[in-house]
Amino acid sequence: MTATPGGPLSAAAPGGGALIAAPKGGKRRRLSRGQTIARIAILVVVLGYLILPLFAMLEFSTRGDFGSRSLNAYAAILGKQDLIDSVTTTLQIAVLTVVGMLVLLVPTMVWTIVRVPRMRRVIEFLCLLPLAIPAIVLVVGISPIYRFMGQNFGKIGASPLTLALIDIVLVLPFAYRAIDASLRSIDTATLADAARSLGAGWVRTIVQVIMPNIRAGILSASVLAVALVLGEYTISSLLSFNTVQVVIVVLGKQDPFISVAVSFSALIFGFVLLVVIARVGGGRRTTRQVEEPAV
Amino acid sequence: MTDTSASAPGQPTAQAAGLASGGAGSRRFRGARNYLALIPFHVYIALFLILPTAIVAVGAFTTATGLPTVDNVTRLFTDETFVDAFTKSIELAVSTAVAGAIIGGLLAWAVVRGDPNGPLRQLVIAASGVLAQFGGVMLAFAFLATFGFNGLATMFVRDVLHVDVLTDASWLYSLTGLVVVYTYFQIPLMLIVFLPSLDGLRQEWYDASASLGGSSWSFWRHVGGPILAPAFLGALLLLFTNAFSAYATAAALISQGASIVTLQIAGSLQSEVVIGQENVGKALALGMIVVVSIVMALYAFIQRRASRWVK
Amino acid sequence: MTHSSPNAASNGHGVAVAFQDMHRWYGSVHALNGLSIDIAPGELIALLGPSGCGKTTALRALGGLDDVDEGRILVDGKDITNVPTNKRNMGIVFQAYSLFPNMTARDNVAYGLRLRGVDSAARKKKADETLELVGLGQQAGRYPHQMSGGQQQRVALARALAIEPKVLLLDEPLSALDAKVRRQLREEIRRIQIMIGITTLFVTHDQEEALAMGDRVGVMSAGRLEQIGPPSELYDRPKTRFVAEFVGLTNRIAATAQGGTVNVLGMAVPLLEGSDQSGPVEALVRPENVRLTPTDDGEARVAAVSFLGSLCRAQVTLPDETLVVAQMSASDARGLYPGAAVRVSVEPAAVFAVAA
Repeated sequence: MTATPGGPLSAAAPGGGALIAAPKGGKRRRLSRGQTIARIAILVVVLGYLILPLFAMLEFSTRGDFGSRSLNAYAAILGKQDLIDSVTTTLQIAVLTVVGMLVLLVPTMVWTIVRVPRMRRVIEFLCLLPLAIPAIVLVVGISPIYRFMGQNFGKIGASPLTLALIDIVLVLPFAYRAIDASLRSIDTATLADAARSLGAGWVRTIVQVIMPNIRAGILSASVLAVALVLGEYTISSLLSFNTVQVVIVVLGKQDPFISVAVSFSALIFGFVLLVVIARVGGGRRTTRQVEEPAV
Repeated sequence: MTDTSASAPGQPTAQAAGLASGGAGSRRFRGARNYLALIPFHVYIALFLILPTAIVAVGAFTTATGLPTVDNVTRLFTDETFVDAFTKSIELAVSTAVAGAIIGGLLAWAVVRGDPNGPLRQLVIAASGVLAQFGGVMLAFAFLATFGFNGLATMFVRDVLHVDVLTDASWLYSLTGLVVVYTYFQIPLMLIVFLPSLDGLRQEWYDASASLGGSSWSFWRHVGGPILAPAFLGALLLLFTNAFSAYATAAALISQGASIVTLQIAGSLQSEVVIGQENVGKALALGMIVVVSIVMALYAFIQRRASRWVK
Repeated sequence: MTHSSPNAASNGHGVAVAFQDMHRWYGSVHALNGLSIDIAPGELIALLGPSGCGKTTALRALGGLDDVDEGRILVDGKDITNVPTNKRNMGIVFQAYSLFPNMTARDNVAYGLRLRGVDSAARKKKADETLELVGLGQQAGRYPHQMSGGQQQRVALARALAIEPKVLLLDEPLSALDAKVRRQLREEIRRIQIMIGITTLFVTHDQEEALAMGDRVGVMSAGRLEQIGPPSELYDRPKTRFVAEFVGLTNRIAATAQGGTVNVLGMAVPLLEGSDQSGPVEALVRPENVRLTPTDDGEARVAAVSFLGSLCRAQVTLPDETLVVAQMSASDARGLYPGAAVRVSVEPAAVFAVAA
């Protein structure tokens, strides 16, 4: 389980979860009066409840003197050097995690489809295994390893960028599902065979033929990885690395307004990111059958 | 066929051996080579997942001085603090999972009945995606801003409604607070995990049931309910695991008091000074692995059964 | 079938169904545009047309699955336009995936009876009987995912029939099946329908299916009924351009029309009503009405010959580069091979012609 409660379990759900699903079956029918009322009631109550804390965050972080509104908290963010530093560090970790995850997963998954289908089950199991090992447990087992790295690999071994190594493991289940869904949606084996028969080597096949066609899955996995790294607290804090969440908590004890402001900004950022990615990556899912031209 | 390579008569050249279809040696060699490409992945997993787990598992059965023992593990069942911690963790996980599943399930139904390509559905799903990925820390702060001593809701209820029920905001820092906060993120998670199953309910089934004389209720009772039950149960288990394993929110809200397992494990990590404490933490961690593994195994089992029906 | 089944009404199961000037809009799309059809008791009407023509909309309106904006639907003389689906007592067979996956075939079939309060033993008996009727007596205990597509559709049919409905609606029930299974199943459906004598509406985009099954076939296009009549009438005497082109294969051959006849390839042939009556036209000639005579001084050349069992089809290039398809029995195809020179003529059957 990831360090964040909730975590991107969406992609762990069968079929990649709601982010990739679409309704099956014939046309939807109109609801009855009673059902429509129930539907609206549920939407209002539940969505209202979900929006409340978000709105409260906005309200809280924009409080000025004597009941006025002020953006001081947000401005002050820029003044907090350790916060800015932690954001930079965390973003670097995020990039490393995404790259590492892709390099590790994509060739492996493609290879299982094309050459060793028998291992598909094994790989799937291994990728879903992190779900059974909560982050808090992982950090217990990994701190001796980190001590070892810090002592023997000098500055690199002690740098917070090494967090990427674990974050890759944490994101595996979700990234696997996302990429797997994409690989299943295209006939990967045939594409690979076609590319190979035309003379492409394996690297070229994967990078130039397969990957462009699983863009949605890669994008989805990358977004999940970024979100996970940005929200990761458990391992960072217990290994004493100053990632953005760790700093927010420390800050929170001194100045709750800034912490809430940062949290809210991160939320907006995440939302925009997700919407953009969903538009670019997913796109319209209705594949209209192209009519045969009348000969 | 004349061949010019210098080979003893009757001895196939390497080339011929390679060309001979199904030459047993060459096939096996090719087969083994295929597995080679998977090695980096396995090494990585071994190093950063298997090894730490093994360290935990072994450490749980080791004393501080390195001798094998079952003391750490038995303490889990005898020491009241630990029993209490596991109980609280499980209660927390169960209650928030059930609440999240029911509310999230209703929300999913409400969303699914709308336009599949409409803005409401897309917005709610995107928002749920973000909220479910909402770091535990940020979630804690969101609730502080709402129900904390100076929180929006606290002040509203106190100043506008003139009711004192929320004024003492210390409940937020107790187990009750955790329940409320955890339920908050269980809802979007439930939506994301469960929505595809609702989508999978084909309109034809509903139409067929209606054409045969069934009302909405008969459909849900005989068709929709039974079909969704495994998926719902599976989602419930997922939600349970989620809440059970969570640490960040609790750490951010509760500065002291180690009433749940994850906090106790963190405590044992940070106070390695106390002799013998370290490996008890490992025992606790092992306990967590066992609980989560059982639940995930159940989940996998239910998943497989459920996918039998709905293709 | 070129006539209404005479036995139907006497079985007493059939009721008359009528669509009266039905209109339905989906946004700006006029899905049903003044559709009016009278279905006699026990009759099987096949609604045929391309996707989007409104045939499925019509069926769903009859079944109560979709609303009607204007117009009425009458069943057995009663206006049921506003009656909800679950009170209409009609059997509906959908294209695919309509069986409840969590129930066995028997339970699926018995579902409607269960809702009507029939007791367990009677339900089982009736379900088993109906499954026997569709040839699946042995499969009663199987689940849908354990059955082939064809078997599933039979169960769906049994389920629809078990409630002894007044009307049977089939929404492209065979479209998702293999060709061979399709042919087999459609004959069985027809046989059962005649035996029970139930009024049936069958929707399909496959014209072979429609012509083979319907007592009458209705061709629809853009929400309107182009023509309705016995299959042979649609085939031999299409009334509109759309029907002429949609039903059966046609060759478009340049010709000249004047006053009720059209001059095609040297033959004067009667023109069908609704055609363009004069000037340069394209005559729509069926392949079986194209005659090929191998002769050394023929001006047309055979491009390809396809052997279809008892029939042969030959593609022929006319002197003006038009490609024409002729169909003949295998024995008549002797002497035809790619490159052969032939003389092309047409039978004197009436044709439809459209302005060139």
